[in-house]
Amino acid sequence: MVSGLINENPIIYPKKERRLRTDTSITDELTPEPIDQLEIFDHIRDIKDPEHPNTLEDLRVVTEDSVEVDDENSYVRVTFTPTVEHCSMATVIGLCVRVKLLRSLPSRYKIDIRVAPGSHATEDALNKQLNDKERVAAALENPNLVEMVDECLPSEE
Amino acid sequence: MMVEPNQLVQHLETFVDTNRSSSQQDDSLKAIASSLENDSLSITQLVREMEMYLTTTDNLVRARGILLLAEILDCLKAKPLNDTIVHTLVGFFSEKLADWRAMCGALVGCLALLKRKDVAGVVTDIDVQAMAKSMIQNVQVQALALHERKLAFELLECLLQQHSEAILTMGDLLVYAMCEAIDGEKDPQCLMIVFHLVELLAPLFPSPSGPLASDASDLFEVIGCYFPLHFTHTKDDEANIRREDLSRGLLLAISSTPFFEPYAIPLLLEKLSSSLPVAKVDSLKCLKDCALKYGVDRMKKHYGALWSALKDTFYSSTGTHLSFAIESLTSPGFEMNEIHRDAVSLLQRLVKQDISFLGFVVDDTRINTVFDTIYRYPQYKEMPDPSKLEVLVISQILSVSAKASVQSCNIIFEAIFFRLMNTLGIVEKTSTGDVVQNGNSTVSTRLYHGGLHLCIELLAASKDLILGFEECSPTSGCANSGCSMVKSFSVPLIQVFTSAVCRSNDDSVVDVYLGVKGLLTMGMFRGGSSPVSRTEFENILVTLTSIITAKSGKTVVWELALKALVCIGSFIDRYHESDKAMSYMSIVVDNLVSLACSSHCGLPYQMILEATSEVCSTGPKYVEKMVQGLEEAFCSSLSDFYVNGNFESIDNCSQLLKCLTNKLLPRVAEIDGLEQLLVHFAISMWKQIEFCGVFSCDFNGREFVEAAMTTMRQVVGIALVDSQNSIIQKAYSVVSSCTLPAMESIPLTFVALEGLQRDLSSRDELILSLFASVIIAASPSASIPDAKSLIHLLLVTLLKGYIPAAQALGSMVNKLGSGSGGTNTSRDCSLEEACAIIFHADFASGKKISSNGSAKIIVGSETTMSKICLGYCGSLDLQTRAITGLAWIGKGLLMRGNERVNEIALVLVECLKSNNCSGHALHPSAMKHAADAFSIIMSDSEVCLNRKFHAVIRPLYKQRCFSTIVPILESLIMNSQTSLSRTMLHVALAHVISNVPVTVILDNTKKLQPLILEGLSVLSLDSVEKETLFSLLLVLSGTLTDTKGQQSASDNAHIIIECLIKLTSYPHLMVVRETSIQCLVALLELPHRRIYPFRREVLQAIEKSLDDPKRKVREEAIRCRQAWASITSGSNIF
Repeated sequence: MVSGLINENPIIYPKKERRLRTDTSITDELTPEPIDQLEIFDHIRDIKDPEHPNTLEDLRVVTEDSVEVDDENSYVRVTFTPTVEHCSMATVIGLCVRVKLLRSLPSRYKIDIRVAPGSHATEDALNKQLNDKERVAAALENPNLVEMVDECLPSEE
Repeated sequence: MMVEPNQLVQHLETFVDTNRSSSQQDDSLKAIASSLENDSLSITQLVREMEMYLTTTDNLVRARGILLLAEILDCLKAKPLNDTIVHTLVGFFSEKLADWRAMCGALVGCLALLKRKDVAGVVTDIDVQAMAKSMIQNVQVQALALHERKLAFELLECLLQQHSEAILTMGDLLVYAMCEAIDGEKDPQCLMIVFHLVELLAPLFPSPSGPLASDASDLFEVIGCYFPLHFTHTKDDEANIRREDLSRGLLLAISSTPFFEPYAIPLLLEKLSSSLPVAKVDSLKCLKDCALKYGVDRMKKHYGALWSALKDTFYSSTGTHLSFAIESLTSPGFEMNEIHRDAVSLLQRLVKQDISFLGFVVDDTRINTVFDTIYRYPQYKEMPDPSKLEVLVISQILSVSAKASVQSCNIIFEAIFFRLMNTLGIVEKTSTGDVVQNGNSTVSTRLYHGGLHLCIELLAASKDLILGFEECSPTSGCANSGCSMVKSFSVPLIQVFTSAVCRSNDDSVVDVYLGVKGLLTMGMFRGGSSPVSRTEFENILVTLTSIITAKSGKTVVWELALKALVCIGSFIDRYHESDKAMSYMSIVVDNLVSLACSSHCGLPYQMILEATSEVCSTGPKYVEKMVQGLEEAFCSSLSDFYVNGNFESIDNCSQLLKCLTNKLLPRVAEIDGLEQLLVHFAISMWKQIEFCGVFSCDFNGREFVEAAMTTMRQVVGIALVDSQNSIIQKAYSVVSSCTLPAMESIPLTFVALEGLQRDLSSRDELILSLFASVIIAASPSASIPDAKSLIHLLLVTLLKGYIPAAQALGSMVNKLGSGSGGTNTSRDCSLEEACAIIFHADFASGKKISSNGSAKIIVGSETTMSKICLGYCGSLDLQTRAITGLAWIGKGLLMRGNERVNEIALVLVECLKSNNCSGHALHPSAMKHAADAFSIIMSDSEVCLNRKFHAVIRPLYKQRCFSTIVPILESLIMNSQTSLSRTMLHVALAHVISNVPVTVILDNTKKLQPLILEGLSVLSLDSVEKETLFSLLLVLSGTLTDTKGQQSASDNAHIIIECLIKLTSYPHLMVVRETSIQCLVALLELPHRRIYPFRREVLQAIEKSLDDPKRKVREEAIRCRQAWASITSGSNIF
């Protein structure tokens, strides 16, 4: 990619203070702690933007409220907002979120990734692309793309 | 060592030859120096020999030659040389300063000569002048390389420091040369010397017409440009110079002479207005130094600018958050950063130095407007931020200025205190201009938070001033009109504060806080000159105490008042205010203590105790009073319980004891005489229990017994041996007067024990538990009367199931006969005798033990205890109790390193066998007890047998036990036949392994790892053993992170992984799952070829953990999955 940055000067929002879990008092061995919104958000908030050193949380591409989760029915939907409408990086961001969740969630989950309505020029095409099993699998066969995704995912420690 | 001429030449050649290594050159330098030192070579000889090297036209050789001579002189600083030689040498080196190729040697030589010791012949003043002249004429410092520059500066430093008179005559020339030398220096090490040079130069020319005065502007230009110092190197530089050092050096240089004043102060003021925090801090510090050094006259013309800059600094460095929390009762209540602190200290210095500066402060318009602000916004929270800032800053400025000196305090009080009182509504001007003090009625109408804050700050300043004043000269009374002003308003002020305290509407926290803080400040004026009279002081105490005793429950007011009382108490104690101490005692302490005694007030007893203990621990006298009071309260409550059956009283007793244990006991080292008081308390406890002969009701006051035991243990633990003896005596007399001794007479026969239907009465149980506590905590040198029958008694009661008795018995065998010097020990019983009673007391059981094939079995199995343990006779209950008791006794023996512990261990092991000497397996419950006995033996106990309770502890006792027990358990596990016995053996082994220091495990990993793994899989079958399983797993994880352990882990990788995978789904304990996943991650450290084959297996297992019910486990699982997935590059986990 020779061309310049797509969004040269993104707005960086102050980080929200990490909300401490209020229910830490659960010391009971047997009470289950279902997967919830915050937990999913914790997985994806530190993903790096493909073209900036900031995280998706810094740029408000994802927020806690943009995550919908239904643990019982094993369904999660993440709605993200690209920083600019014509952002060609939106597919990469979507792919990163998907890969991160694939790695972090049990296999029973169905993951649905969408761009926020009205936030992108080719919204429908994008949604279709991000949720098409074959196309995602094909993308992940491409070593260049995988490398790019891996760079964006926060390394563990 | 005589140096042959040709040898000397060799050394010279070596040093001059640049191809030789530096260590060789050093050696030849040392050789020559030492032969000069012992006079086998004279300096004249040397110089003659070196002539060629010193004068040759080969620059390199000449430079080395001169350096050699210089270095030699440096080594000979203490060697006497005659004056002509010194003179000649000075001449030579001074001349060589002109030879820039040999500069280094010349500088070293000059330095060496200047630094000569007095006795060894020093350079004369004329020589110094010659050298200095040559230096100034010939050396262009800034043209030199770093090393030479540093030498040159050192030479200048040495000249200024040690030969200042000699070079004084050089005047202008010197100052000029200095400017030139310094100008543009950049190296931090050199700069350190440069700053010092300026500092040294300044005092040489104090005259206003001297050379420094005329060149001050040039010199300041050279050093002023470094301000504010910017230096970002970290300390790993070789010279280890920090920014603070450099900045301190620069400050000293700038403040070194008043002649810098016209240039320095404007610069500093300009930098103070910068937005860079470092610049602000440095400017403030420097201004403070300058104010001191430059003197009042020179500073005066800058006052206007200084005041406005300082004020701006205060405004910009203060936040608007004023804390009304309990912690800030004794502090200003807002955060102070470094800038703020330095501004405070500068303001204080200026006011202290010249009272006329205060004029600028008092006349400032903002001080006049602050009263309007205060009046406009009575509530602090209603104020807009700028007003808050104004109030805080002005209060701060005024209180800091007031604190500077008595005079400043007076001026400020005169200037504003009256207006302040007026604003607060305490005084009013009538139309005729007379001043009228308002009565109560109007005072309580309105409170102005800002005004109260300002008032408290001023009072605190005045209070601190008096404190500091009396500390330096306690006799002189202070003619303090500020004080007298406070005095005339003290009554209404206290009224205002009191009325603030008594506000009780919803948002009155701020009122109450300010009220309490005001009362606290008023209560801490010191000594005879205090503006607060004794009655007023007592009023304050009464108000605060009444809040404590009011039946309001634990509110903010209550806590604030308590904190204030504690502060006043410690203040009285610290300054030995005897009058106030009496008031405090009669009003606060007596009241609270009597409240604690009466126990029939509206307050929860817990709160009374808290208040009493907090207040009383401020002074030794109060502590005494309190312990006496508590003693009384304890006795009356206990008898109230016994006589009237009042259950509330027994609860109070427990709380009282807990308060004693938790609040007072930890402070026994700080408070003199507390130990004696506590011992007295303990003895009273015994007396009281003795008196309460019969019970009117049954009680199962477990809580009380526990509390009493803890207190008794702790008190005995801290008491001296003599006091311990008296407690033991008293306790013994109580024990022997009750029905317990009847137990002693019980023969240790099976029938008698079985037939003992009656349990101990609750009184006997209490006495026994307390007595056991005394024995547990007694030191080895304390004497225990009639030890033999006591052992008997404890033995019987332990078989009846009283664990404290077992612990006491363990403590006894641990300590018997090992007292210091052996003089004061229990003379009538040795360890041997004690063991004889415990183990061999004969048993006239009807059942005869068949001595079939197992006759040759283990040592010790013939004793009574072991027979009970092995179930030859008696019920299951008896058996389990005996096993537990034996464990405690064994622990005592093990810790002192007695061999008998092995016998006990063997008995316990025997209990675990599937086929033991009695010919049958034990009941599962007995087996479980025997396995857990190893936990008792190996783990550290909080309750007994530790350092606090004077246990005899041989070093490495755990290791010793480990090395004897583990092989036995190992072989038994190999041969065990039933799964129950196998499990129990593993439990025992787990207890031993997990309690031994990690290093021991790491030394034996190879042998232990398979055992641990087997243990883990055996223990995971039963949820009862989950805790044991976890501690064993921790041991395994310890071995996996160590290099030694990894080696053997590599051999066992297959089983380890299999075992850990199983544990990742262990349902009973979350931490087990979490730790096992962490262990799996740790395994990735093993060689790739060992772990790669298990990749698929691990990933499959972890996939399941991603859906674990617990979040922490899921987090670990994600980490682990990622780590394992990435061990092969290029492959994806999907």
